Amino acid sequence: MKDSPGLHLKTNILILFIVLFAPLGNVLLSKGMKRIGSAKNWVPGDIFHILLKIVTSGYIWLGIACLLIFFVAYMLVLTWADYSYVQPASSFSYAAVALLGYFLLGEPVPPMRWMGILVICLGVFIVGNTHPRTTGKA
Amino acid sequence: MLEFLFLLIIVGAGTGGELCVSRAMKVVGEVHDFRPAALVRFVFLAMRVGWMWLGIALMTLAFFSLLAMLSIENVSFVVPVTALSYAAGALGAMLLLHERISTQRWLGVLIVCLGVTLVWLSRR
Repeated sequence: MKDSPGLHLKTNILILFIVLFAPLGNVLLSKGMKRIGSAKNWVPGDIFHILLKIVTSGYIWLGIACLLIFFVAYMLVLTWADYSYVQPASSFSYAAVALLGYFLLGEPVPPMRWMGILVICLGVFIVGNTHPRTTGKA
Repeated sequence: MLEFLFLLIIVGAGTGGELCVSRAMKVVGEVHDFRPAALVRFVFLAMRVGWMWLGIALMTLAFFSLLAMLSIENVSFVVPVTALSYAAGALGAMLLLHERISTQRWLGVLIVCLGVTLVWLSRR
């Protein structure tokens, strides 16, 4: 496929879907798991009991729905853009999930965690300005 | 160190799964038609590729490990530390998919890993 503005637009729209739906899905999963609670001893009986609660949790299913939308967008974008481009570009969602966790779930986020997330975003900016294809001729 | 074990599974199985899916997508080919019927046909085509099923199995394992970790820790901690998959992803893309990773990207991956370390240190 030829390099074109259309390729970049198509890629960026799907990456926007990835950045929005992945964090929302994770926040919903977190909400669901906090309601269910963690296994005490991690023995098979405990794990089975938790699995039953997981499959009957509305938050978990909503989270899975958001992650499915994310997954379809991810699959589509991978048909033309390389994995080593898509993965860094989609990692803006790490910042979005911290913001959603803070504002929607009221999670305490210590300054060092914000700093770490900012550093992750800096890494993303460095890798983000490269061409979607990494396997083409130089 | 249960959290660390879950993190290793999330990163290892998650990255392995994504690499398998990426390989499957390259077999299926680029999507040009975004109409619903064409997308459904595309999904069926993808499901006929073996790499897709291996990818789905690994990603399912990573998903349940993520749920287990989310039952212990906050989402603002869990998701950022899974960015450790950058290092695994870049290595896997280079070694398994034969993608060319530039020095600039390696530098970015290194900085992301530094960020993950800071997030891990912010743990109570």
